[in-house]
Amino acid sequence: MTDIAFLLNGTPVRLSGVSPTRTLLDWLREDRGLTGTKEGCNEGDCGACTVMLTDPAKGAMPRALNACILFLPQLDGKSVRTVEGISGPKGELHPVQEAMIAHHGSQCGFCTPGFVVSMAVGHTTGRQDHDDVLAGNLCRCTGYAPIIRAAKAAETAPVPDWMQEAEAPPASSAPEADDPAGFRPKTSDQLAAWYAEHPNATLIAGATDVGLWVTKQLRDLHPVAFLGGVEDLKTLTVNSDWFEVGAGVTITDLLEAVAAPLPSFGEMLRRYASVQVRNAATIGGNIANGSPIGDGPPALIALGAVLRLRRGDARRDMPLEDFFLDYRKQDRLPGEFVESIRFPVKAPELRCYKLSKRFDQDISAVCGCFNITQDGGTVRSARIAFGGMAGTPKRALAAETALIGQPWTLETIVAAQQALARDFAPMSDMRASASYRAAAAGNMLIRYFHDLSGEAVDVLGVTA
Amino acid sequence: MTLGKALPHDAAPLHVTGAARYVDDIPLPANALHLAFGLSSEAHADITAIDLSAVRAAPGVVMALSAQDLPEMPDCSPSAHDEPLLATGRVHYLGQPVFLVAATGHLAARKAARLAKITYAPLPAILTVDDALAAGSRFEAGPVVWAKGDAEAAITAAAHRISGQFEVGGQEHFYLEGQIAAALPQEGGDMVIHSSTQHPTEIQHKVAHALHLPMSAVRVEVRRMGGGFGGKESQGNALAIACALVARASGRPAKMRYDRDDDMMITGKRHDLRIGYEVGFDATGKIAGLSFTHLFRCGWALDLSIPVADRAMLHADNCYHLPDIRIESHRLRTNTQSATAFRGFGGPQGMIGIERVMDHIAHDRGLDPVVVRRVNFYAPMVSSTGGLSAPPHPPEDIFEQMKGRGAVQTTPYHMPVEDFVGDRIVDALLESSDYAARREAIAAWNTGSRVLKRGIAVTPVKFGISFTLTHLNQAGALVHVYQDGSVHLNHGGTEMGQGLFQKVAQVTASVFGLEADAVKITATDTAKVPNTSATAASSGSDLNGMAAQAAAITIRDRMAVFLAGRHQAEAADVVFKAGRVLIGGADLSFAEAAAMAYAGRVSLSSTGFYATPRITWDRVKGSGRPFFYFAYGAAVTEVVIDTLTGENRILRADVLHDSGASLNPALDIGQIEGAYVQGAGWLTMEELVWDAKGALRTHAPSTYKIPACSDRPPVFNVSLWGQDNPEATVGKSKAVGEPPFMLGISALMALSDAVAACGDGMTYPALDAPATPERILQAIARVRHV
Repeated sequence: MTDIAFLLNGTPVRLSGVSPTRTLLDWLREDRGLTGTKEGCNEGDCGACTVMLTDPAKGAMPRALNACILFLPQLDGKSVRTVEGISGPKGELHPVQEAMIAHHGSQCGFCTPGFVVSMAVGHTTGRQDHDDVLAGNLCRCTGYAPIIRAAKAAETAPVPDWMQEAEAPPASSAPEADDPAGFRPKTSDQLAAWYAEHPNATLIAGATDVGLWVTKQLRDLHPVAFLGGVEDLKTLTVNSDWFEVGAGVTITDLLEAVAAPLPSFGEMLRRYASVQVRNAATIGGNIANGSPIGDGPPALIALGAVLRLRRGDARRDMPLEDFFLDYRKQDRLPGEFVESIRFPVKAPELRCYKLSKRFDQDISAVCGCFNITQDGGTVRSARIAFGGMAGTPKRALAAETALIGQPWTLETIVAAQQALARDFAPMSDMRASASYRAAAAGNMLIRYFHDLSGEAVDVLGVTA
Repeated sequence: MTLGKALPHDAAPLHVTGAARYVDDIPLPANALHLAFGLSSEAHADITAIDLSAVRAAPGVVMALSAQDLPEMPDCSPSAHDEPLLATGRVHYLGQPVFLVAATGHLAARKAARLAKITYAPLPAILTVDDALAAGSRFEAGPVVWAKGDAEAAITAAAHRISGQFEVGGQEHFYLEGQIAAALPQEGGDMVIHSSTQHPTEIQHKVAHALHLPMSAVRVEVRRMGGGFGGKESQGNALAIACALVARASGRPAKMRYDRDDDMMITGKRHDLRIGYEVGFDATGKIAGLSFTHLFRCGWALDLSIPVADRAMLHADNCYHLPDIRIESHRLRTNTQSATAFRGFGGPQGMIGIERVMDHIAHDRGLDPVVVRRVNFYAPMVSSTGGLSAPPHPPEDIFEQMKGRGAVQTTPYHMPVEDFVGDRIVDALLESSDYAARREAIAAWNTGSRVLKRGIAVTPVKFGISFTLTHLNQAGALVHVYQDGSVHLNHGGTEMGQGLFQKVAQVTASVFGLEADAVKITATDTAKVPNTSATAASSGSDLNGMAAQAAAITIRDRMAVFLAGRHQAEAADVVFKAGRVLIGGADLSFAEAAAMAYAGRVSLSSTGFYATPRITWDRVKGSGRPFFYFAYGAAVTEVVIDTLTGENRILRADVLHDSGASLNPALDIGQIEGAYVQGAGWLTMEELVWDAKGALRTHAPSTYKIPACSDRPPVFNVSLWGQDNPEATVGKSKAVGEPPFMLGISALMALSDAVAACGDGMTYPALDAPATPERILQAIARVRHV
């Protein structure tokens, strides 16, 4: 019996009897002897373990993922390339490898395999926004300049033949509810029925958070269900008014969909972790996880998003803000899961601001999202939501009240700033002090005012 | 000529294919054990009980050891015998190893290490500078004071005076490859160690000491590290000793690799400190007298804190002549990780003090900070011909010449500054970066921008090259030429990404007239070259390059003598060039020449040795010539800040840096680019946060942010100064590992400039480091008086 089957560097692999929470990184290095893929942090934050994953269900577009928080069952039916598979079968170098040598892109070399894989994915998919493609790969030696020179130099080289997956991934046995490699439903109906029976199970979609329960908290998870095969949770539909996004849609796919109609939301999603994390993480996981920061939820609350939960065959809808009850506590019944989220297509006044020590691949100290409409110079509606200001993503109701019906002036904004102090009593932690959070959140209102009037408010928009 | 060629890193083809082997990639026998430490959960406490029964019962565990299981406790300290491998009765910081687990797998060991029941009786913990000052908790009897002239009188007599103090944060090394070691037991109790260390001899010494073996019974091998930055100078000792203990006790190979969080909780980081200053100056900003106070937070053990804090004092002047100066340095003992070596080794902490003073004086006088820096520069290097363009040769000549003119300026530690080119570098950089016009444009832009403000700053670097512990300035090498003409190179330096191996290979190949790739680079090995110094203090290529050159010359000269004899020629006329050996009319390949020499029973193997000349240092008096020479550089950085949130970006950086006659310009530029970004990271986004209990809260890349790709300056112009080192270094090059790190100080000063633009000019921004968005917003509030 084969529990898990996939292509590894073009070669079929069939595994059985593996622990469902065995990471790809550990398996590559310890069992397979493929030591090119490195462990730098074991939490998806450094990219030294980056591998290329191609899902035939999604066409031939490869994506970069962190192998350290990727469980073996997540590979089932897919093709994986490690750095060893980026070179050709006779040892021919890939254009990004040649360019990295020629442009002195490696020094200690430990992060290099991860960079090479990320660059090869970017090269294959024709990406030229190298800073974004490589935001999830940390290098401590080079200062990145030579790596970017290498990425640019390789842009025009053709994709080598060997990068095409010659054959389809092998098939695993049909998933069963008692599969030792974890339950892997194909439909949300299967998931709903099973989860109602196993309400204490851990649901694993992208594993960008659950992965750390295993690699850092060293927890044993049982039972588990992998949602990656549930195709009907991955639907993303849009009509003239609403996006309807399945819980299994990755942040990458969501970013692609919202970038044009909701550019500020898109820009925040561009700064949501890194490419590798966005390729794995799902919007459903982002919401269900209940992080006090979340980045996704504050924007969605400001948009007026409606969450759909499902338990067995019962579904219920609620405004997203009502889902978050308290720190890490949500209005979710045992056996109930996030099925989809719905939000408006149009919100020209929406602005999302993310404050962190680093622009890319960082968790917000404060995330503030503003969606305020006016009518003839008077505020008609206001939805303001913050992450990082309370135990949950939360609306700023007092500030909203202070705005609605008032003239759209700086004086009104200042009044709303003062009201904000009634909305939040933020905490101090390693990301920021309470007083900074309060001050910066209030200042975001002023930024929003200037931003809507077209003034330059974004340091990312300035060039030398 | 191979020397000076911009060749890629020798291991680059291995790096990019994943074939470069690091310690964790070395296959070990299947019975190898994997180790993990159990860590203290208290910052300062007596251990009242340790119960490891659950640890020992955990799946895969083979042994678990605490202090009570060891008849004597091995020491891990590089300096003072004050770092027991495992806590003995008392813990001194949160994260200190208390017990050791050996299991059949890495994950099994980590899981088991969380199962101990340890009870503590907490003691008051000294966590901050203020805690330590109040408790008188310090290393050494009292502060170290070095002085020149009479600072107090000069400050009092000066027309203008200011004083201030500021905080400078520490820095996590964040080498991408965490600490790791493996021990392989050998026959007769000998031990072979693979370690990711900058200091194989220290590992050898500490393991030998722990096992009661002579050093000759322990062999340490290091092929490469995945980054070091000073963090692998002493911090690898504990892992190697632990592996050796377990390997001896079990007879099985043992490997220990810190998980990233453990690595950050256990190991030392760059010292943070508070700097106080009082300065007197004239209307032009020229300093008359200056007094510094350094308050270093050294952590729980001595480690390398004394030489680090000393080097900070040695760089308190940077590029500026300070006739009357007093520096008082406190080395405070706290219940935190023992701060350790980190690129610059105290130099950055010393240098940032004087750059802050320059910035503050300029603000006080309303002058362009460049003007203030200029009036305080050391006198420029004078060439032997009297001009400024050519470097002096020999350097003793100008020393005499300047003495004759009474013009020799000395550092605060009384060393003549003979090679100062900082002024010329700054001038050239101001020109190439268009500083003056950009400064005006920025001022105009700021007038029209309400929310965003820009800033620009130039800072210079003068960094002293040599270990301040004089006897460390030595190196050995071993070169073999085989009968087929292939060359094997070994030396005491270690490769951590800086390209040392390639540079030394280029030096060696040049001696034989070969290309660099004709020289086989081999792993650092204490059995090949003994008694090595750490690869540190930027000294790697200076020391090992000279040693390897000496070894190669010995062999080449033997070959030349032999071949000259064969061809009735003079040895001095034998030419080794472009892979050929020319003797009179004969033209041999190098391989043919080697084969002939072998057949002629000529020794084709030699050691080489080098000891740095001219240096002498009395650290008690704070006087002498601790450095062979200085390396120079300068950077101009432009930034933008958001006055509502404190968010900030580097927009452009221009660097001109002095690596002498570069041994390899590509590797040198790589060092400079990387060092600038790392230095800017230190002063901007990299923030270490300890909580009130003494727990480091930033112990993973999720919470500790090193610069990412988009944080590098989008416009980044880096050039080499390119003048010969006036001292007789290998190829007339200069060391380049650490000096450019301090170019990052220009980023902090540019942020200070941008903050100053938010106010009315009455209040100095007094920006602490790291200048996170939060600290920038606080500084903006200060200059706006809100």
